Amino acid sequence: MINVLFFAQLKELLNCASVQVEQNTPCSVSQIKQALIAKHPAWQVHLDQDNILCAVNQTMVDLEHEIKDGDEVAFFPPVTGG
Amino acid sequence: MTTSISIKVQTDDFDVAQEYAALREDNTQDGAIVFFAGLVRDMNQGKNVTGLFLEHYPGMTEKALANIVDQACERWPLSRVRVIHRVGQLHISDQIVFVAVSSCHREAAFDACHFIMDFLKNQAPFWKKETTQQGDHWVKALAKDEASLKKWNAPHDRK
Repeated sequence: MINVLFFAQLKELLNCASVQVEQNTPCSVSQIKQALIAKHPAWQVHLDQDNILCAVNQTMVDLEHEIKDGDEVAFFPPVTGG
Repeated sequence: MTTSISIKVQTDDFDVAQEYAALREDNTQDGAIVFFAGLVRDMNQGKNVTGLFLEHYPGMTEKALANIVDQACERWPLSRVRVIHRVGQLHISDQIVFVAVSSCHREAAFDACHFIMDFLKNQAPFWKKETTQQGDHWVKALAKDEASLKKWNAPHDRK
């Protein structure tokens, strides 16, 4: 089971702060995205935006990063703090 | 050298005088303190702003800030670093962020403070939602902020 979190504008667009995904592991970030889109087709337009960032276990990663069972995956828009 | 590091993510306001005092207290080795304070402006990206909400990713935020500070410590001789970033509802002219460093010399202090702010703006998971008279909207990330990291690729080390 993978725990997936969403933040900021993406959380509002999906109307979802967190979701659990059943997925065979290890898998890639891309595969998690595909699993989410398969379950929620309306999310594709938001999750497939080029600027969406991903963190695994609270560290920024790219789409090929390998995910293990129990990892925390987060998707969010570019950051705007400071 | 061992750096004394303080990183806080909080809803409460902060007192710059207290932070400055903490950088100076029992500090006989440093000749320079540089700090940056970021504030909420009334105008941004062409809109009149009336307030600001700051969301973050609890857990990752602290980790990302610690990582940025560690990189600065590897690059410059810093003896103390203090970072505060506020979250939650803020109002016009409120303080948002504070970054301060102390070092033996001013060049290292200026550069390290600037470096931490540039990376904080690009890598720490905070998101601003502005309130304007026309409604609320999420602030867009600017290409100039990402471009600001490029200047740190060139060797700047002054150790």
